[in-house]
Amino acid sequence: MNAPMTQFAKPWVANPDGYRVPYEVFTDQAYYEQEQEHIFRGETWSFVGLDAELPNNGDFKSTAIGDTPVIVTRDQNGQLHVFKNLCMHRGALLVRESRGNVKSFDCVYHQWSFDLTGALRGVPMRRGVRGEGGMPAAFDMANFGLDALRVEVMNGLIFASFSKTVEPLADYLGEGIVANIQRIFNRPIRIMGDYRQYIHGNWKLYAENTRDPYHGSLLHLFHSTFGLYRATQKGFTYMDPSNRHSLLKATASAAPTSASEDQEVYKDVRSYNTEFRLQDASILAGRPEFEDRASLVINAIFPNLLIQQIANCLAVRQSVTHAPNAFEIVWTLFGYADDDEEMQMIRMKQSNLVGPAGLISMEDGEAIEIVQDAVIRDGKKTSVLAMGGVHAGSVDHMITEGPIIGFWENYARYLKLGAGLKK
Amino acid sequence: MSSSSLLSSQSAAFSKDKPSAMVPDDFIWQGYSALETQWRVERLLSRYVACIDDDNLEAWPSFFTQEACRYEIITRENVERGLPLTLVFCTSQGMLADRIVSLREANIYPQRWYRHIVSNVLIQAVAEDYLEVHSHYVVLQTRRNGQTSIFSAGKYKDRIVFQNGELKFAEKRVVVDTHSIDTLLVSPI
Repeated sequence: MNAPMTQFAKPWVANPDGYRVPYEVFTDQAYYEQEQEHIFRGETWSFVGLDAELPNNGDFKSTAIGDTPVIVTRDQNGQLHVFKNLCMHRGALLVRESRGNVKSFDCVYHQWSFDLTGALRGVPMRRGVRGEGGMPAAFDMANFGLDALRVEVMNGLIFASFSKTVEPLADYLGEGIVANIQRIFNRPIRIMGDYRQYIHGNWKLYAENTRDPYHGSLLHLFHSTFGLYRATQKGFTYMDPSNRHSLLKATASAAPTSASEDQEVYKDVRSYNTEFRLQDASILAGRPEFEDRASLVINAIFPNLLIQQIANCLAVRQSVTHAPNAFEIVWTLFGYADDDEEMQMIRMKQSNLVGPAGLISMEDGEAIEIVQDAVIRDGKKTSVLAMGGVHAGSVDHMITEGPIIGFWENYARYLKLGAGLKK
Repeated sequence: MSSSSLLSSQSAAFSKDKPSAMVPDDFIWQGYSALETQWRVERLLSRYVACIDDDNLEAWPSFFTQEACRYEIITRENVERGLPLTLVFCTSQGMLADRIVSLREANIYPQRWYRHIVSNVLIQAVAEDYLEVHSHYVVLQTRRNGQTSIFSAGKYKDRIVFQNGELKFAEKRVVVDTHSIDTLLVSPI
């Protein structure tokens, strides 16, 4: 579908009192189509997996970029490839399993066979049967290799792009984001497993949610309910120079240097709610494992990735779109290959905090759906993004909606809406 | 059957599924006949799901053993990949109780009712001091618009013990077929 762009809302203007986004971006199929073309299949790098998911030659996984099905595989020489999951013959899904290990990709329909580098190696009955049928002389198997995407791997994170012209991954991410990837993926990881969370809402509501450092203490009440609110928590909000990606980082700036100081710091905030106490606080037990002592790192990478560190709970979250009103978050939690048994147990217990059943994160699914449900017939009405000043960019606090504005400015640029940039 | 292999099993709920045909028809467990044991197990499961569906969640932790207990919800996808990650991982009654306080006081989630259907209750193994019981469950979810859908289907793998005259779960491992969680998971399964 190629809807004329003129049907979209007027250019989005950042007024002094707020940046406004029309709700139709969350509901209108025309936007969804343009996003698939210009964002997911456009000049971007999408996250498709971790190389630790594919440790052996011949391993593959199927996933999607936006809603385009793709295969990620490691060939017999250890090289990673990403292909469209689409047989070059008649368009069948080449891989129907979510994961596996193969020597070749064989389509079940007519058994066309592709090697792990994507080359077509076998076409049954190519020379016909008893002199009958067969492919024409002009048919050249070399012309029917799988559609391959560009692939770059950074510290074990596999990214792919449909674009031949997008800048190299490191430039796309920018130094600050690369530094965070290097910080978290500093040594071999051990995959703990996946969660999949199906949300009846638009994927961009989650892009907003993960670029919104100030909803945390307001929507997510687990810590404050149990008197665990961390008053000394100090954070900052970093954005890459293009404002596509954001990094929300919180540390205890007044990091308690002694047990008595810790007690003093917590003395008042524990009264935040005096009624409830955790009966088993081992869920919060942890070990500092990063020099910067950051307790919360939420790194949103345009368009489909989030890297999180919440205490010792490490994860990547990949967004897969299904429709304007449906997407899925694929969470992959991990630890490090050198974790001792106690550390593995710490991470297992802390995993209670995140994911679809996460004590501090489950609300995000509900927050997205209540927006989606409300705006259904009010596409021309707009949200207002004003907290922290009406601009994207890095700031030394977390009371801001700047990263969300950065997302929308780039969104408008990718969709050629010619908007949102006027001040 | 060899009871020694059952006793040596570190954790009944984690062991591989065994054909229940291994359990004889005429066993005696804690003084109960096979028939009465089956009936008591089914009554425990019925009471357990009634506790959840009737929103009597404060009583939910009491279905588990008091000292050490284990409650896990894990996707079949992770189990089949040999990966440990659980959606919910509780190792004490206190952690179970904390989940319920969080549900009542902290978490934000859609209004909905759950209804559990439990069937195919199979005693998989009989050891001197515990039973290993597998059963199937389906959780129906009715959202506030009145529409009902299947929220989750899967299998309970329980290790049940006899404590103070009652059957309790020492371990309950919920293996979820429905690995794509519909929005969020707040109530126990």
